[in-house]
Amino acid sequence: MGAFEQLITYLSYPFVVNALVVGVLVALCSSLLGTTLVMKRLSYIGDGLSHVAFGAYAVAAVVGVTRDMMIIAPVTVLAAVLLLRRGQSAKVKGDAAIAMMSVTALAIGYLIMNVFGTRSNVSGDVCTVLFGSTSILTLTPFDVAACAVMSVVVVAGFALIYNRVFAVTFDEAFARAAGLPVGRYNLVIAIMVALVIVVGMNLVGALLLSALVVFPALSAMRVCRTFKAVTVIAAAIGVSCALVGMLASIMLGTPVGSTIVVLDALAYASFCAIGFLKRRI
Amino acid sequence: MAYLSCECLSVGYGNTPVAEGISFSVDYGDAVFIVGENGAGKSTLVKTLLGLLPPLSGDMSFCDGASAGKIGYLPQKAESQRDFPASAWEVTLSGRAARLGNRPFYSKVDREAAEEALRKVGAIALKDKPFGSLSGGQQQRVLLARALAGAPSLLVLDEPTTGLDPEASESLYRTIDDLRSQGVGVIAVTHDVAAAMPHATHVLEMSGGTARFLAVESPRGGDA
Repeated sequence: MGAFEQLITYLSYPFVVNALVVGVLVALCSSLLGTTLVMKRLSYIGDGLSHVAFGAYAVAAVVGVTRDMMIIAPVTVLAAVLLLRRGQSAKVKGDAAIAMMSVTALAIGYLIMNVFGTRSNVSGDVCTVLFGSTSILTLTPFDVAACAVMSVVVVAGFALIYNRVFAVTFDEAFARAAGLPVGRYNLVIAIMVALVIVVGMNLVGALLLSALVVFPALSAMRVCRTFKAVTVIAAAIGVSCALVGMLASIMLGTPVGSTIVVLDALAYASFCAIGFLKRRI
Repeated sequence: MAYLSCECLSVGYGNTPVAEGISFSVDYGDAVFIVGENGAGKSTLVKTLLGLLPPLSGDMSFCDGASAGKIGYLPQKAESQRDFPASAWEVTLSGRAARLGNRPFYSKVDREAAEEALRKVGAIALKDKPFGSLSGGQQQRVLLARALAGAPSLLVLDEPTTGLDPEASESLYRTIDDLRSQGVGVIAVTHDVAAAMPHATHVLEMSGGTARFLAVESPRGGDA
């Protein structure tokens, strides 16, 4: 059987299609938000929040709720709000606050799973949450619906506040003086990032998630010189890497998350090369 | 009728005044330069004028289309903007962001205001250039256009010539003169008194916790 027919066969399984849909949507949302986070010097916030989400997952698993999203989502959103609030009147600087919060959440998460875990294979469970592995292929219709709703909210929300986000990201001092509610926009961005992370955990796992946020934006910035172009190209890169990465991992039997992230890294390398050549010519 | 007049204004943080008894006004076509040592309260005054800090006491009144939220602001240089992916056009247009109200996107009026502002500061040719690739003087011009796009009557410039070579500063000051001659009121904080003075109509000298407001005899080449 040729690779193409094999692919067609896989695509006839609903769980594969579900995975592709969710993967593309998560990649789209995270790359849209990536440009703003990178320019605000908040690249690591995605990473920090995903660790918090891991901690929340551990609590949800031990408490034994069926819809663990109901615990993970509010906790992660709260952490995002706290992190950005701190950034404004910071006794502890933004990056230090993120580092503290993320390691604490990671440690507590692992501790809880280890001490109170009811399942036998604790390290397997932890590995799944951190690196994604096969959880993308076991999505329920509820997961897919939740992801679709979240994506519509994030993409539409982002499009509607795009111009204000640019003003706030480019120059917070100016935006504040012009009377824009800067804090409110930062808050909206933080909540969107948290939502994307909660859903994205299923795809690439908590540890690898920030790659989906920062890589596409950084790649696009190597060749594009306007904010609009960077945003559009970043979304395109993010979606293509996710799609190709998922198909490749299905065909080759490699872990989904790692495959996507490696592709994102390769894309970054090629865009660096293109950017370099472009400046030479 | 003045765009802005302050009467016995006292500015500071919390209940601690940094400077008191500040009285001055900015009229149609005035250029008021705020000078003084570090810590004299220049930035605190600017923040108060922009509405980012409440005045501790005294009066601050706006007229003729100017208002607390409608002052065009040119902040001090931020390093993060150097590698920011944005065209000069996107930057200028963002000066209209506070006027969007409930609209998500810029209208034709917004675009025309931004274009007009770029033309006024002599930067219309830079419109499609990446902001990061511009020289320091060109970047300040674009940021001036952004301020002007949102607030065409009254501008507050915070150290506008920091980091510029003498030629670029002089050229920026001449642009500010042009704006002034079209009726724009300008308030500028500066360290570089010698270069700024020929372009001032008034000076607000801040020292010892208070401020003196003086008219400059003959702006543009006068011996102030």
